[in-house]
Amino acid sequence: MAVEQVAGRVQLRYRSRGLLRNAVRRLIKKPKAVVAIAALLLLYGSGIFANLLAPYPYTEQDLHAVRQGPSAEHWLGTDTAGRDVLSRLMYSMRANLILTVTSMATGTLVIGITLGLVAGYYRKWADTLISRLGEVFLAFPGILLMILMAATIKPRVLELTRAFEDSTGITGLVRWGLADYLVIFFALAAVSWVGMMRLVRGQILYLKEAQYADSARAMGASTARIIFVHLLPNALPPVIVSISMGLGAIAGAEVALSWLGIGIQPPVPSLGNLIRGGQDISLLRNHPHLILSPVIVVGTLIFAWNLLGDALNDVLNPRAR
Amino acid sequence: MGAFIVRRLLWLPFLLLIVSLVTFALGTYGPGDPVEVRLGTRANPQTVARLRRQMGLERPFFVQWGDYVRKALKGDFGESLTYRGQTVGGLVAKKIWVSARLTFAAMFIGIGLGIPLGLLAALKQGTWLDGALVSFALFFNATPVFITAPFLIILFALKLHLLPTSGWDGLFSTKIIMPALVMGLPGIAGLARMTRASAMEVLGQDYIRTARAKGLSEFTIQVRHVLRNALIPVITILGLSLAGLVEGAFITETIFGIPGIGRLAVESIFHRDYPVIMALTLIPACALVMAVLISDVLYAVVDPRIRYT
Repeated sequence: MAVEQVAGRVQLRYRSRGLLRNAVRRLIKKPKAVVAIAALLLLYGSGIFANLLAPYPYTEQDLHAVRQGPSAEHWLGTDTAGRDVLSRLMYSMRANLILTVTSMATGTLVIGITLGLVAGYYRKWADTLISRLGEVFLAFPGILLMILMAATIKPRVLELTRAFEDSTGITGLVRWGLADYLVIFFALAAVSWVGMMRLVRGQILYLKEAQYADSARAMGASTARIIFVHLLPNALPPVIVSISMGLGAIAGAEVALSWLGIGIQPPVPSLGNLIRGGQDISLLRNHPHLILSPVIVVGTLIFAWNLLGDALNDVLNPRAR
Repeated sequence: MGAFIVRRLLWLPFLLLIVSLVTFALGTYGPGDPVEVRLGTRANPQTVARLRRQMGLERPFFVQWGDYVRKALKGDFGESLTYRGQTVGGLVAKKIWVSARLTFAAMFIGIGLGIPLGLLAALKQGTWLDGALVSFALFFNATPVFITAPFLIILFALKLHLLPTSGWDGLFSTKIIMPALVMGLPGIAGLARMTRASAMEVLGQDYIRTARAKGLSEFTIQVRHVLRNALIPVITILGLSLAGLVEGAFITETIFGIPGIGRLAVESIFHRDYPVIMALTLIPACALVMAVLISDVLYAVVDPRIRYT
C-alpha cells in the first residue's frame, strides 16, 4: 500500500514535469503533424545530402537535352540550359535551409527572445526603447526593408569579404557566395526579430504577475533564476508555435528575395531563381514542368511549417485543446 | 481614449522621422557613389567635384538628411538615376494610382469573401465544410503570390482561355481578376481564420442564448449579434493586412505586367536606382503607420470595452 502510494506520487511528479515531453507524445499522434514532419524531413534531407543524392552537378549542362519533360534520366526534366531540375532543386533546398535556420536562430531566437525578456521584465526605459525600436521595424513592410537592406548593404559586404580574403589569404569566399549569404541573413534576421520580441514581452508581462513568480521572489530567488527557471519555460508554448510558423515565413522570404534577384546569385541555384526562370509565358505554355516543380516544393515547404505550427498549437495551447 | 490618440499622433512624426533616417542612411552609406553613377568611372575629377558640390554631397550627413526630409515633405524625392530628368515624385505619382486600385480590388475580394467564409465555418463547426475551409485558410494564409500566380495563369489563361495572361486596363476589365485574386487570397484566408475563431467565441456567449430564447430569427441573430461582435478583433488585422498587400503587390505587378509602384520598385532594384527605392520604401511605410493607427482607433470606437490608457 505504502509502496504503491509512493510509486503513484513518483509517477505523478514525473508526469507533471514533462510538459514538453507530453506535448511531443500528443503531437506524434496527430496525422497532420506526422505529414508535416515527414514532408520537412524529405525536403530538407534532400537538401542536406544534395551532394550525395543529386543525380547531376547543378551546373552540368547538356545542350542536346534542353527543356525536356520528366524522364528516366532526368526525373523532373531539364531547364533551358539542359541542367537537371531535380539536382538544382536539391541544392536550392540546401541554401534555403542554411539561411532559414541561421536567421531564425539569431534574429528570432537570440535577439527576439532576449529583447522580449528584457523589455517585459525590466519595463521602464528599456521597455520603451525596445518597443519603440520594434515599432520602427514594423513600420516598414517587411519585404521592402529586406530589399532596401539587401540592395544597399551588399556592395559593402562584398568589399569586406574581399578585404578579408586579401588579408587572410583564404580564397574562394566571394566565388562561393559568402557575401550573398551574409546579406540575405542580415535582411531576414532584421525583419524577423520584432514579432518574437513582442510575443515574449507580452508573455513575460503576464507571467510576472503570477503567484509562483511572487513566491520565488519572496523565497529570495535571484532574478536570473526567476527568469530562466520560472518565467521562460512557461512562456515557451506560444513561442514554439510561432517558431514553426516563422520558419515557414522566413523560408518564403528567402525565396522572394532570390526571386527578385537580390538573393543567392546564379550559377548557384535557388528556389527563387528557379521559379523566376520558368515564369516566361512561352515556357509556362509549353514547358510548365520548369515552374511547377519549384513552385510545388516551395508551397509544400511553407505549408508544412504552418501545418506543424497548427498541430503544435493544438497540443500546446490549453485553450485550443 | 482621447489621450491615447493624442499620444499616438505625437509619436507619429518621430516614428516617421526615424523611418526616414533608416532609409536615408541605408541609401547613402550603402551603395556606390551617386556621382559615379551619373558620370561614369572615368570622369574628369573637376567635373566630379563640381557635381558633388551641386548635389550637396560634401555636407554633413545629418544636414543632407534634414534636407531630404524637408524636400520629401513637399513631395520632392530627388531625381531618378535611370529615367534621366524625371523626378522621383512624378514617376511615383503616375504609378501609385494604379497600385492603389489594384490593392483596393484585392482588399475588396479579401474582405468580401474572407469574412462570410469565416462566419460560415464557425456556424458549420465540426462539419466537413468547416474542415475544408480551415485547411484552405491554413494553406493560403502563408502561400506567397509567386506560388499561386503560375497555377492560376496556367489554369485560367493557358488551359481554359478564360482570362488574359497579363496587362492592365483599370478597375473594370477582366485583366484585373487574376492579379487581384492572387493578391487577395492570403487576405481571404487570414480573415476567414480570424473571423471563424472570433465568431466561435461569440457563439458561446450568454447573449446569443438570450437572443435565441427571445425567439429572434436565425438571420437576425447571425448578422446582428454574432457578426457584429465577431468583427471587432478582425478590425485590428485590417490595418496590418495592408502590409501584406503591399508586399504582394511587388511580385504580383511584376508577374502580370501591371505598371504600378511594385513593378517600378522591382525595376529600380535591378537598375540600382536608389532615390526611387528610398521613396518607395518611405511612402508605403508612412501609409502603413497611418493604417495601423486608424485600425487601432477604430477598434476602440467599435468596442466600448476597449480602453487605451
